[in-house]
Amino acid sequence: MKNAIDIQNLQKSYPNGNQALKDINLSVKKGEIFALLGPNGAGKSTLINIICGITKKNKGKINVFGLDIVKSYKEARSLIGMVPQEIATDSFEKVINTLKFSRGLFNRPSSGEYLESILKSLALYEKKDHQIRTLSGGMKRRVMIAKALSHEPRVLFLDEPTAGVDVHLRKELWKNLADLKKNGVTIFLTTHYIEEAEKIADRIGIINKGKLIVMDTKKELIEKLGKKTLIITLNSPLKVISRDFNDYNFELKGNKLKFFFDYGENKKSISKLLNDLIKKKIDFKNIEIEKTNLEEIFLNILEK
Amino acid sequence: MNYRGIYAIYKFEMARTFRTITQSIASPVLSTILYFIVFGSAIGSRIEDINGITYSSFIVPGLIMLTILNQSISNSSFGIYFPKFSGTIYEILSAPISPFEITFGYVFAAASKSVLVGLVILITSSFFIEIVIFHPFWMIILLVLISITFSLFGFIIGIWADDFQKIQLIPSFVITPLTFLGGSFYSINMLPDFWQKISYFNPIVYLISAFRWSFYDNADVSIFSSFFAIIFFLIICLVVITLIFNTGYKIKQ
Repeated sequence: MKNAIDIQNLQKSYPNGNQALKDINLSVKKGEIFALLGPNGAGKSTLINIICGITKKNKGKINVFGLDIVKSYKEARSLIGMVPQEIATDSFEKVINTLKFSRGLFNRPSSGEYLESILKSLALYEKKDHQIRTLSGGMKRRVMIAKALSHEPRVLFLDEPTAGVDVHLRKELWKNLADLKKNGVTIFLTTHYIEEAEKIADRIGIINKGKLIVMDTKKELIEKLGKKTLIITLNSPLKVISRDFNDYNFELKGNKLKFFFDYGENKKSISKLLNDLIKKKIDFKNIEIEKTNLEEIFLNILEK
Repeated sequence: MNYRGIYAIYKFEMARTFRTITQSIASPVLSTILYFIVFGSAIGSRIEDINGITYSSFIVPGLIMLTILNQSISNSSFGIYFPKFSGTIYEILSAPISPFEITFGYVFAAASKSVLVGLVILITSSFFIEIVIFHPFWMIILLVLISITFSLFGFIIGIWADDFQKIQLIPSFVITPLTFLGGSFYSINMLPDFWQKISYFNPIVYLISAFRWSFYDNADVSIFSSFFAIIFFLIICLVVITLIFNTGYKIKQ
C-alpha cells in the first residue's frame, strides 16, 4: 500500500540563511491523522508549505499518493487540500461563491450538492449567502476548511487549525476531523497544543529547529518516553526506609512514598514493589499512579 | 489544461469588477464627459480641425487609449497584488494550475474589463459627436491587443510590487505622462521637428497613432511600425512573465 505522503531527505534554507528544515524523512499512512508538534519557528509551516506548493524546497523528494509534487504537480495537488495558519479570505465574496471558486481552481466540475453538504457539516449552511467579512473569526476559519475540502481532497493539511480558537470550537473541529478520517481522508496537522495531538492523532512527529526528533504512534511515544510515578500513602510517616529498596528510584516525604518507573519496566516492578512493601510490613492506605502525558514528554525531548 | 481553474479566476476577477461598478464604469464615463466639456466644447471649439477632423472627434481615440492603458495596468496589477497582500494567494499557489493558466485568467479578466470600458467611452462620446470608424475590424483588434498587452504589463507590476505605492508608481510616473505626450490630444506633426523626433522614442505614440488610424484612416506613424511596436511589447511582457514564473521571483521563496 502506498503511503499518503512520503518525504525523503527534505532540506530547506531561506535566502536569509535560516535553515528551516534539516534532512526531514517522514511518511504518513493513508487514512491516518498525523500531528506534527513543535514550538514556534520549528519548521512546521515551512514543511506544509513545501508539500502544498507554496514554498520551494532545496533538496529532497516528496510524493503524495506516489506522485512527485514537482514533476506531477497538477495530479499531486489535486489530491491536496490546505488550510494555512493565518486567516486569509476574500472578504467581499459570499461564502458559497468562494467555495465554488476553490472547486473550479482545482479543476472540479461544479457540484452545488457537494458544497452544500460541506457547509452543513461545518455548520456554515445558514451563512452561505453572507459576505465572508460579516462572519466571526471562528466561522472564517471554518470557511477556509470548507474551501480546502471543496475539491474533495484525499489528504488535508491543517497548519495550526485551532490556534486562537475557543474550547468549544476546538472540540467541534476535532469532531469534524474525526468524521473526515472516517470518510478516508488522510489528515496532516501541525499544532503546538499537545492536548490536540494527544486527543486526535494516530501518530505524532516532534520537530524542533528544523529537525524531526521523534516520530511514533501516540501509544508508543508514551510507552517509550513516558514515566509512571507510584504514590503510596503510608498509614504512619516514616523517617527512613529499609536498604532493600535502594534498587528503586524513590523519594520519601512523611507519609508519602513515591516510586518512579520508566514505562517499559513497570509491569513486573510494580508487583515486586508491592510484595517488597508487604514483606517489610510497611502499611499503606492508598496507591495512586501518575502517568506523564505527552506535554511532559514533549518538554523533556525539547530540553535534551 | 485546467480550463475550470482559468475560468474560476476570470469569473472571480469579473465579479470584483461588477461589485465595484461605480469605480469601474461610472468613473471613466464621468471623466470622458469632463474631457469633452473642457477640450471638446470649451477649448476645442477654438482649435482648428486636424487633418480634416474636428478637435472633439480627434481626441476620442486618444481618450480611449488614455483610459484603457491605465485601466489595463491597474486591473491586473491590483488583481494579482491584492491576493499577495491579503494572503489569499496561498490557494492559487497550492492549486493544480500552471503559471501560464494563472496569468491567462488574470490578464484576460483585466483585458475584458478594459475593452468594456473602452466601448463605454466610445458610446459616451457618441452623445457628443458623430462617431466615424473607418476600420472597425482593426479598431476592435487594436483595442483587444493593446488591452491584453498592458494587462500583461500590469500583471508584472502587480507581482513586482510589495506595497500599494509601487502599484501606482509606473502608471502615474511613466504611463500617464507618456500617454499625454504621446499624442492623445494632439498630432505629433504639430510639434517642432526636434520634439517630433523625441516623440518617436515614446512607445505610446505608436499605439495612439494606430488606434486613431482605425478611426480616421490617418496616422502619425506608419501602421506597420505601430503593429510591430505592439507585438514587440507583447512579446517582451510574455518573456518577463515566463522568467518570473520560472524563477519564482517575488512569489515563492
